[in-house]
Amino acid sequence: MANTVWKAKRRNLAPWLFLAPGLIMFIVYVIIPIFQSMWISFYDWDGLGEKTWLGLANYVELLDDDAFYTSLKNNVIWLVLYMLALPAGLFIAIFLNQSIRGMRLYKSLFFFPFVISQVVVGLMFSWFYAPNFGLFYNLIESFTGQGIAILADDRFVTYGIIVAGLWPQIAYVMILYLTGLNNVAPDQIEAARLDGAKGWKMLWYVVLPQLRPATFIAVVVTVIGALRSFDLVSVMTDGGPYGSSRVLSFYMYEQALSEYGYRMGYGAAIAVVLFAIMMVFISGFIWKMWRDERGR
Amino acid sequence: MFPRPIEQTSPASQWLYKIAVPVALVVWLLPLLGVALTSIRPATDLAQGNYFGIPSAIALENYVQIFTESPIAGYMLNSFKVTVPTVIGAVALSCMTGFALAIYGFRLNLIVFFMFVAGNFVPFQILMVPVRDLTLKMGMYNSWTGLAMFHIAFQTGFCTLFMRNFIKALPYELIEAARVEGVTEWQIFWHVVLPLMRPAIAALSVLIFTFIWNDYFWATVLTTSAESQPITAGLSSLNGQWIAQWHLVSAGSILAALPPVLMFFLMQRHFIAGLTLGAVK
Repeated sequence: MANTVWKAKRRNLAPWLFLAPGLIMFIVYVIIPIFQSMWISFYDWDGLGEKTWLGLANYVELLDDDAFYTSLKNNVIWLVLYMLALPAGLFIAIFLNQSIRGMRLYKSLFFFPFVISQVVVGLMFSWFYAPNFGLFYNLIESFTGQGIAILADDRFVTYGIIVAGLWPQIAYVMILYLTGLNNVAPDQIEAARLDGAKGWKMLWYVVLPQLRPATFIAVVVTVIGALRSFDLVSVMTDGGPYGSSRVLSFYMYEQALSEYGYRMGYGAAIAVVLFAIMMVFISGFIWKMWRDERGR
Repeated sequence: MFPRPIEQTSPASQWLYKIAVPVALVVWLLPLLGVALTSIRPATDLAQGNYFGIPSAIALENYVQIFTESPIAGYMLNSFKVTVPTVIGAVALSCMTGFALAIYGFRLNLIVFFMFVAGNFVPFQILMVPVRDLTLKMGMYNSWTGLAMFHIAFQTGFCTLFMRNFIKALPYELIEAARVEGVTEWQIFWHVVLPLMRPAIAALSVLIFTFIWNDYFWATVLTTSAESQPITAGLSSLNGQWIAQWHLVSAGSILAALPPVLMFFLMQRHFIAGLTLGAVK
């Protein structure tokens, strides 16, 4: 009797012993800092000295900050244009979903951009866009007679960076869809073919519904990727020209940790706004997962 | 199969397809090819305006030059110092957390699980100031240990999601059978479940290797000098020094891209399995 009680106890304790190391690390480095950042956003702090309580002053200042609105606007542009990765990735996946010789190699070469660091991607595209000799610059010049220095032009700079970001993102979405296409039920396709479905109709009514799980993951990673964009902005333009390519993640970094000043509190306030935007999407994602877990 | 297999179409369109695929690939990889070509372009070509044409000679000395005249070898080494412990740490921790969340039906199970999942998606900026502060206080600022510690903790979120779902898909009877035999919980983990997790461990290892190798944000936040910076941060600061020396920037870029690319090619199947988890259910 005593033995079984002990065993049951041990079994109740076991999960927590297994969880402890990972959970503690995660709480210390991820969960607690989220709340600390929220707390710091109410202070004026240079990161070293005394903190001064400001209440909501950092947030009030944000409301009046043009650079904040520029970043916010750019984040929206990123979010919208990044969604192009979905149709583009699907298109390439369909294009490559054949079994000719060497197809495996082709598929992995198409996936290449995703494996490369965004720093490297940023440098590659800077070279592509470079005024006077860049391939893209020359291309525009040969069409219009005048080249455009994309990264130095505040009208185009954000779009130029987004194109660079789309390159690996499309590759990622492509691989998700390729895997999804592998699992599309062949008998349904055949049945639909016998009914005379083909092309667009087949794609829309038969294939896409079966690709729903892939589409869901693709949307999640694309939204997260768009809102997290930092590396490319930092490497390609450093937020310029005149701050026109800033996004929230970059502006936060600039305020908190660059030569423009060590305004940790103000930076934290920007981070909280970004976090709040992201939480809308994360909650939706978790909500769906929760339902799936309950459902099975 | 969708679309219709190309073998069932006319010979002409089969031909067309077989030409279209490599052509599309070249266009798709044009930025990469441009950089690869430039990395072996002699400096004199650039001076003469030959930026995108065929290099006049193959200048492997660009690679020699970046190794002898820049701390790039040190940056690479730093990247390995951060990446390898992170892979080991995050995978080890998440094997255990994943096991706990998949096998035991305790009350907070789903809450803890979703905490890992949600935490994994937060923007890095919300963690930046406190994590930097914590790293400073622990005396690990500007060192590979500080960077690796954070990466281990953060990656455990994603890895837990992966491991938990993987173990959940294993036959539960195995565990029940072991319990009937009177085996302890740790032995179940070690001798029954862990051997079955090999593919998951492989998939996560390559994936985490790539993520961490390519990390730039945390490298800039937690390290400041060439002695501790990984290749991504190092390359970015070298780019500032090598103004207009695109042959060197290119060679550095290719070098920085090489380890994850090799990793991907060697472990392709695992890599893609890891990435597409959940996309096909």
